[in-house]
Amino acid sequence: MPKKLLLNDKSVDFFKKVSELSGEVITLCDQCGTCSGGCPIIDEMDISPSQLMRMVMLGDEEVMDTKTMWLCATCNTCTVRCPRELDVSKVAEALRQIKLRQSFDKINIDKIPKEDLKELPQIALVGAFRRLTS
Amino acid sequence: MKIPYYPGCTLKSTAKHFEISAIESAKKIGIEFVELPRWNCCGVVASLADDDIMHNLAPVRNMIRVLEMNRDGLVKDEKRLLTLCSMCFNTLSRANNRIKKKSDDLDILNDFMYKEDIDYDGSVEIIHFLEIIQELGFDKIEKNVKKSLSNLKIAPYYGCMLLRPKDVGIDDPERPTIFEKFITSLSAKPVEWNNKNKCCGSFLTVDNKEIVVELGNDILTDAKNSGADIIVTSCPLCAFNLDNRQKNIKAKYPEFKEIPVVYFTQLMALAFGLSKEITGFDGNFINPTKLLKSKNIEI
Repeated sequence: MPKKLLLNDKSVDFFKKVSELSGEVITLCDQCGTCSGGCPIIDEMDISPSQLMRMVMLGDEEVMDTKTMWLCATCNTCTVRCPRELDVSKVAEALRQIKLRQSFDKINIDKIPKEDLKELPQIALVGAFRRLTS
Repeated sequence: MKIPYYPGCTLKSTAKHFEISAIESAKKIGIEFVELPRWNCCGVVASLADDDIMHNLAPVRNMIRVLEMNRDGLVKDEKRLLTLCSMCFNTLSRANNRIKKKSDDLDILNDFMYKEDIDYDGSVEIIHFLEIIQELGFDKIEKNVKKSLSNLKIAPYYGCMLLRPKDVGIDDPERPTIFEKFITSLSAKPVEWNNKNKCCGSFLTVDNKEIVVELGNDILTDAKNSGADIIVTSCPLCAFNLDNRQKNIKAKYPEFKEIPVVYFTQLMALAFGLSKEITGFDGNFINPTKLLKSKNIEI
């Protein structure tokens, strides 16, 4: 079903916040889909990286409820391929930061199995905690 | 040549064999690693949010140590900081590039670190061991090869952090060749394959193991189908996801056949004829000893 989008103060504020946190000029995105085509994790995502960019551009806060921003591993494949030289990984980080700065934790550290903690290298744990916990 | 060296946490724990093989092989080509005094964690991942200045503190403190080493005579006019771990390389480089571009951020950081003797001035350069090898010349490696690896087909795995983003990458992000040149100089054969710079899933291995299993299966199967006997990497996180996680891949795909994944410096030490203690193949999850013996390469 087609969705009606209304630009109002709230959506404009949301767009501005993401632009400010990411430092990216999100409206430069042409929606060419190169980022989505090269993303190694797209099969696991509910919306593609280019859909994420479009939703932010329209100030659609429903993007906050999607899985995609939590699955970006910052591999920067899209970053080096974007014809507009945009960094989608920074936009994903901006969305994560909006949640994390409200004391939200994507990973519950207590729930990581002990046997996993024994074998995981520190860089995996520190990297995940930096990106996915407040 | 004496050069400041940043090990990072993993090279002192799960990737000790990476560090030892690198230090000893480097000596053979005339490079002495001088470990940074009082080094601290790099933060593992780069700070991405535009207002996140705080997470650049840890990288910058390490760069101040390099300036101190020069001041204290531990190295002579050497402001390059050498890294082995791809994650450390990327995080330190990105922090360094950011503050070079945003002098306001650097002022804030220097102002915060009132206990440091020296202000950071952006003059340190972060480099990877492969870059130093390239600078010295691959013929220097060739001349030190004592044990031929000519029977060995090696898939170079770059992963992400050595190549991307462009301003920190050590080579072309889409068509890199530095690892291939290195492998050729060791007398082995580099394999051409598609997934050499595909992401292994990185830290998602903590809470999304199944994604890493799928990515690992794709990457490793491509390497084998391309004729590789073994894979080399320079990233301890890729090493974990591609080596240790093979047990998880095997659990999901019983027909999966194992392939060893080692650090490039281990094969360097092997080709240079260094001892078993230095090549450190016992440190790899899938020990390549059997494979190497089948290729008539003595350990």
